[in-house]
Amino acid sequence: MSMVLFDIPGPKARVRHRIMAVVGIAAAVAAVAYVAMRFIATDQFSSRRLDWINYKQIQLSLLEAIGNTLTAFAAGAVLALLFGAIFAAARLSDHAWVRGPAAVIVEIFRAIPLVIMMFFFYYGLPVAGVKLSAFTAVVISLMLYNGSVLAEIFRAGINSLPKGQSEAAYALGMRKTQVMTFVLLPQALRAMMPTIISQLVVLLKDTALGFLITFEELLRWGTRIGNDAPNFGRPMISVMIVVALIYIGLCLLLSWFANYLEKRNRRNKKVIHLDDRAAQVQVAESAAASA
Amino acid sequence: MSVLTNNLDLFLSTFGQTLQLFAISAVLSLVLGTLLAALRVSPVPVFRGIGATYVTVLRNTPLTLVFVFFVFAYPLLEIVKIDAYTAAVVSLSLYTAAFVCEVVRSGINTVPVGQAEASRALGLTFTQMLGNVVLPQALRSVVPPMTSTMIALLKNTTVASGFAVVQAGSIRDSLSEQGENVLLGLLWVAVGFVILVMPLTYVQQVFEKRWSVAR
Repeated sequence: MSMVLFDIPGPKARVRHRIMAVVGIAAAVAAVAYVAMRFIATDQFSSRRLDWINYKQIQLSLLEAIGNTLTAFAAGAVLALLFGAIFAAARLSDHAWVRGPAAVIVEIFRAIPLVIMMFFFYYGLPVAGVKLSAFTAVVISLMLYNGSVLAEIFRAGINSLPKGQSEAAYALGMRKTQVMTFVLLPQALRAMMPTIISQLVVLLKDTALGFLITFEELLRWGTRIGNDAPNFGRPMISVMIVVALIYIGLCLLLSWFANYLEKRNRRNKKVIHLDDRAAQVQVAESAAASA
Repeated sequence: MSVLTNNLDLFLSTFGQTLQLFAISAVLSLVLGTLLAALRVSPVPVFRGIGATYVTVLRNTPLTLVFVFFVFAYPLLEIVKIDAYTAAVVSLSLYTAAFVCEVVRSGINTVPVGQAEASRALGLTFTQMLGNVVLPQALRSVVPPMTSTMIALLKNTTVASGFAVVQAGSIRDSLSEQGENVLLGLLWVAVGFVILVMPLTYVQQVFEKRWSVAR
């Protein structure tokens, strides 16, 4: 942890820290206890409100909803990676007529909110006679938005490689495409892998926006079961806790994978370590670009 | 073009609502995020744990889920009644605070330990060290990613359109009620967001360039 701000504590500071720790624990326990008390007072965990877990049909529909979320994630991720690769290559092109339009497209899609894109594809396009399913609208929007962010990540990764790499490759007589595919891209991909995966976490979370255009994913499933008053007495709280745990679990799994790759990279001598600060800003940026 | 000119009032007022929602949530999330960052860099492990738990939970939860919780689930607990607008502000602030916290924390961590050690050796008090040595240096690595976080917040306000809060994202509802061309209307909304976001992105790039050279 950060030890910038504080010196190693002496005896007085240790006592003070211990008192603060007790206060902190007390505050946290009080907060949790208050919420738990409200749960009990409004009877959120009565057997009727937890009963939905026992139904086979609901369990199956939960699996199906998770499946829909993961399918949208997988399709969106693959397409976004492709889109990102193509547009990163276009933005690094030597020809201004390729570079310019690619830059404009990437910047525009990064600036438009994902929700507006989804609305556009789901509610807007039928006006022009093109009818897309909610799934297609979600996947296309995820591709355009996250693909643009990924294009910037790829480009930053390739630009942050030492100039000597491409110079040496050109000196060996490689062509532009060869320099890119055999020298720059493999190194940039490895170095940027953690950032790319954290963007994929963002993409996974963004699938929940499909809720707004009636895409049958995990969150919509949750509100459907949670609002079921006649059978289960609106078990919204317990359902939402389960849904949140699933999302957090899936995202943590992906983040853990990113951390694992980063650790492995650190040991791997073949990877060129980029300027830490540039990489950090990039990570922070992509983390912040989430919805 | 007629979609925009015929409904200019609608566009202006809803984008105004978006900016208002953005401004309130931005201030709240900056305050809460900075407090959380203070918890996360504190020497007391319990505080760090509380901060880390908050950030882990909120950062890995979709914003839409936070909205659903505050709009549909929270009222069931019968604590304090809040309307949809307040729920939107609370959701956006709580969610963005986690990202603000991470930006501030990593900003403080980029300051080399030697800087603080040197100021302690010179006999500066904690406040002097923080105000004169650590924060000015941390600020440089905080501002560019913080701008991105705020851009993300501005775009995230549109999530509120699913929860009956009037802002730019809900223009679609009004247009389809009036039988206007939704396709063109949404294009204009997109243009509006590009106009709002582009200057912020530009400012961010300027800061990033200027301050990456200075260090």
